Amino acid sequence: MKVLLGIGGADDSLDALHETVERAVETGDEVTVAVVENPDSDRSPDDLVGVARETLTEAGLEADVRQLSGDPGSSIVELAESEEFDQIVLGGGQRSPMGKIRLGDIAEFVLLNARVSVKLVR
Amino acid sequence: MTDERAYPDSVAESFPRPPREFEDREGRTIDVRAWEGDHGPGDDAFEAVVEMYVEFDPADRAQGVPPVGEDRIREWLANLFEQDGYDVLAWHGDEVAGHATLVPDNDSTYELAIFVHQEYQGAGIGTRLIEALLGHGQERGAEYVWLTVERWNRPAVALYEKVGFETAAAESFEMEMAIRLN
Repeated sequence: MKVLLGIGGADDSLDALHETVERAVETGDEVTVAVVENPDSDRSPDDLVGVARETLTEAGLEADVRQLSGDPGSSIVELAESEEFDQIVLGGGQRSPMGKIRLGDIAEFVLLNARVSVKLVR
Repeated sequence: MTDERAYPDSVAESFPRPPREFEDREGRTIDVRAWEGDHGPGDDAFEAVVEMYVEFDPADRAQGVPPVGEDRIREWLANLFEQDGYDVLAWHGDEVAGHATLVPDNDSTYELAIFVHQEYQGAGIGTRLIEALLGHGQERGAEYVWLTVERWNRPAVALYEKVGFETAAAESFEMEMAIRLN
C-alpha cells in the first residue's frame, strides 16, 4: 500500500511518524513523508525533514521525504490525489489539560476534503 | 490556539457557592459539595467517583473522556487531581451522581468539564452542579474559564449558554466557549 504521512511538528504527528514506520517495516507499505508548515508547532520544517529522513533510514526504509509549501491541509490532499496514494496518515490530535482530545486544524481539513482513506494515529 | 480565544468583556453574575442541597425532578435529595483537600485512591470519595465513571454510559463520552476501563479511569483521575484545580461533586446518599472540574491551564485560566451519570441526567442536577463549580472557582479567585464541546451536543451547549458561557471559537469540529468569573 502507498501511504502518505503528513507531519507538521506537533507531538501527535511525531507519534504518527513512529507508528507508521514501525508498521511499514512489518507490512512492506511504501511510505512517503510530507512535511508541512504547522503554525501551531515550534519545530521547523527543515528539522522535521531531518527527523523523518533519519527515522526512515534507521528502519531500513527508503527516505522519501518531501517538504510541501502553501496551505498544509490542501497540499497534503493534492499530493495524495496527484500521485495516487492509497491512504493518508496523520496525528490523531492532542489532549487538553483535562484530557479531551482535540483534532488539529490540518487533520480536520484533510478528513473533510480527501478522497482517499485517512488514518488518525492515537 | 489558546491565545486566539475570545473571553467575554464583562464578568459573569455571582454564582451560588457550594454546598447546596436540593430535591431533583425525580424527588431525590442531592447534595452538591466542593471536594477539597487531598484525595486519592482508597478514600471513600475517590472510590465513589471511580465507581461513577466505571458505570458511565460510553455513549455519553466526549472527545475521549472519560476513558473506558477502570485502570484508565484511575490513571486519568489521578492526573486530573494532581493539577490542583477545583472539583465539585453531586452526591445522592453515598453515591456520586455527577462531577464537575476546573483544571488549571495557567495562573488565570481553567478548563471546565462536567459529567452527570446517565441515571441522574435530565433532573436538573447539571445546572446546579455547574453553578456550584463556577461559584467555588469564583470564590477562590479563578478568572477565566473555557471549555470545548462537540457542536452537535445541543443539551450541553444549551446548559453552558444558560449559565453565561459565550462562544469563543467555532470554526472546528469542537466549539470553544468561555466565561469570565472575576
